[in-house]
Amino acid sequence: MSLFTDLDLRKTAMKWLVASLITLSVSAIGMVELFGERFVITGLFTMAQILFLGPTAVFAYRAVQETPQAKQWLGMLKALLIGLGVGLAMVALVWLAQNMDVRSVFINVSPKLINILTFSGSSSLTLLLALTGAGLAGGALALMPANLRTALLAGGGLTVLIGLLSEILSERLRALFSSQLSSAIFASKALQLVPAIVLFVLITAFVYLRSIGRIKPVGIRLPAGRESLVRTALISGLLLVLPMLLGSYLTEVTNNIGLFFLMGLGLNIVVGLAGLLDLGYVAFFAIGAYTMAALTSTGSLGLAGLSFWVALPICVAVAATAGFILGMPVLRMRGDYLAIVTLGFGEIIRILALSDLMKPYIGGAQGILNIPKPMVGELALIRPEHMYYVILIGVAVAMFMSIRVRESQIGRRWMAMREDEDVAEAMGINLVSTKLLAFTIGAGFSGLAGAIFASKLGSIFPHSFNLLISINVLSLIIVGGLGSIPGTLAGAIILVGLPELLREFAEFRWLAYGVLLVVMMLNRPEGFIPSETIRRELHSGDEAEQAG
Amino acid sequence: MRDRLAKLNLIDLFLWVARAAILVVILVGTIKTIISNPYSLRNWEDFIIFGIAQGSMYALIAIGYTLVYGVLQMINFAHGEFFMSGIFASTSAVAIPLARSGYLASHPIPSLLLIALTSILISVGIALLTERIAYRPLRYAPRLMPLITAIGASFFWQYYFRGLFGSQVIPFPDIPQLQGTVSFLHTQVLKTHILVIFVTMVVLVALNFFISSTRPGKAIRAVAENKDVAALMGINVDRTISLTFATGAAMAGVAGMLYALVFQQVHFFMGFIPGIKAFTAAVLGGIGSIPGAAVGGLFLGLFESLGPSLFLQSLGIPAFNQLKDVIAFTMLVLVLIFRPQGIVGERLKEKKA
Repeated sequence: MSLFTDLDLRKTAMKWLVASLITLSVSAIGMVELFGERFVITGLFTMAQILFLGPTAVFAYRAVQETPQAKQWLGMLKALLIGLGVGLAMVALVWLAQNMDVRSVFINVSPKLINILTFSGSSSLTLLLALTGAGLAGGALALMPANLRTALLAGGGLTVLIGLLSEILSERLRALFSSQLSSAIFASKALQLVPAIVLFVLITAFVYLRSIGRIKPVGIRLPAGRESLVRTALISGLLLVLPMLLGSYLTEVTNNIGLFFLMGLGLNIVVGLAGLLDLGYVAFFAIGAYTMAALTSTGSLGLAGLSFWVALPICVAVAATAGFILGMPVLRMRGDYLAIVTLGFGEIIRILALSDLMKPYIGGAQGILNIPKPMVGELALIRPEHMYYVILIGVAVAMFMSIRVRESQIGRRWMAMREDEDVAEAMGINLVSTKLLAFTIGAGFSGLAGAIFASKLGSIFPHSFNLLISINVLSLIIVGGLGSIPGTLAGAIILVGLPELLREFAEFRWLAYGVLLVVMMLNRPEGFIPSETIRRELHSGDEAEQAG
Repeated sequence: MRDRLAKLNLIDLFLWVARAAILVVILVGTIKTIISNPYSLRNWEDFIIFGIAQGSMYALIAIGYTLVYGVLQMINFAHGEFFMSGIFASTSAVAIPLARSGYLASHPIPSLLLIALTSILISVGIALLTERIAYRPLRYAPRLMPLITAIGASFFWQYYFRGLFGSQVIPFPDIPQLQGTVSFLHTQVLKTHILVIFVTMVVLVALNFFISSTRPGKAIRAVAENKDVAALMGINVDRTISLTFATGAAMAGVAGMLYALVFQQVHFFMGFIPGIKAFTAAVLGGIGSIPGAAVGGLFLGLFESLGPSLFLQSLGIPAFNQLKDVIAFTMLVLVLIFRPQGIVGERLKEKKA
């Protein structure tokens, strides 16, 4: 009887249920199958294995963590039960798929999936053992000393990341160092086995030894009082030569990150500082892009044939004006209505852009073609390495403006308004004009990004401007941290850069964003790199509790 | 008068101009149409009946928004996905196998009931899961946070169901007994439209009974009135909120079934536009009010079905039917700007609004 109470069956069963549902889901929606093609270590270890063993390990880990220290064997028993339970659920899935026509309903329960789940066709027993093992491994992780655990996770995580990015890393190694080194470490799209083990051991050992103080961090001694100057100089230098280190493809990825970062900076002012959830943000991006296209295109829809540099400020001005005009009627309403109205505006603009009504002016579904590249003297900026500098300048200007505005009186007004509109109004802040300013500046940034985007692509279509762009920008500022500029950059790198590099997973990009938005709001609403004020505000309650 | 003029600032002026411009467009378009008279009476009857059928679906979906808003003062952005998930899963997993086995053609009534029941159950299940995981922990958080989890949940479910059943448009099987028209009040009406309107009426009456006369219904109303006092009266608030979500999702499940019968296809993205339109309907009727949702839904359905032909066509707009959604979205924007308390609803108290 006491064993039953100690085992805390209800909680353990709940963990088993959730872990099983997640594992079954990732299998049934096709993620496992897709990830099965992506080797981390060539011929041996794929992303699929991480995906269907991972959840079990995580829940077993949490089960052990919740068990009192004195009864660790009980914790391991729970871990074993969870692993075994998930294993049985998955074996049932395999059995069903082998004996019934599951695939006519769940299209992704394919023979290939079963092949992956049973480790290339060996029996279901292997699957059961593997999941039980994952449960035990997760439990064992929880029993380890914290620093060893961190070291192991860091080693494992980084090795997997390197394995995932093998294709690009090996190409870069070949270009910058030697092709022998590259082929010694990487197979065509994954790590070789031995280098993977070496990498894992090295990283783990390094992190572990550092945590127990055997390796001292090597500090570069900067001249006293000039640290920030030196740091700025180093970062600017690195940014200037970055395209040479990265090569064409990675520079193109960096450019996309830059454009989304630019939009993120704008939305950060609107959502992060002023607290106005704008879901139609893509509209201003579209307006910037279409203005650029109409002003510069050499095709039949071009109006003025201006050069990129002349058109650029006009695009920003047009987008900002559009923000001002659209903002006027909507900014008096409350937060959630605002979100839906802006969403409606975004959709109206997209449908109009697609319709025959506007076709004579902006080309309907065929879009506007023949947008020339920016020219510097006689040089057309055709290559991604050239566009990189255009985007870099845009980002630098926008960052400078963001920081200055945030630190100014206007920035403080926005934040006051975000915290409590009524109080802000009582303090003499004119809500409507303050909101309008945020909306206008945000729209301007987005228009700038759109204008560069149009010229970078050379042709634009209404399909490039759907709701998903708004959601993408929103996700990246939330993941990074609302109101935080470094957070926005980190968010752009993770949510735009990573999916560009892992193209074959694109199908699940939006699913992942959905999960990410929910998980971030539940567990880390301040984002990964929070801005100081938001962090203090969200955790002031915790501190008060601890103090009391 | 002078006093009012002095208060008129730039933004009010802008709003008045916008109002006037839209009114002029509608009036001029309508008058021109009436003069040129491009349609027969028969056409107009078709438009009206289609509008009512469409509006019935909007009404059913809108009830979900309104109920949840009533108890939580929150816009459940993922409600369109509750609508999609039920019928999308039920079509793939029940309707198509039934049609393949021939049972659907030989026994249409039990089959349709089974399909509807699955649709309702799945919608309710998805709603309960979403409420438990994404909304409940954030019940007392700043308003922005549940709104963001709702957007996240919405995307998650769309792409989850896309993964389960595929990204293609899945045709809903034909039901021979439901094809064709019947004569009704001197005009020919599609059988599916009659079914849609009839089912909606029955469901609305049942819902009204449930909310007004049963114990759980009273609990919902009590929680909507005041959560703390309801809790003191011995009402389990968490469970009642779950029940509210479940009721709304059940309505969405029924609406999904009707949608599949009328449009004969389902798709993982089908929840988005009806979801927003139903939200518009809920606001039109005054969000928080159930009769309002029904009236708003019907109004929007009619407006949308008549609108393009009534006032866009004669303005010389090419392919005016492409702009059907623009009408609904414009209506959404206008209602939220000018009458957020709705057309039939009373003015909400400042605390709730």
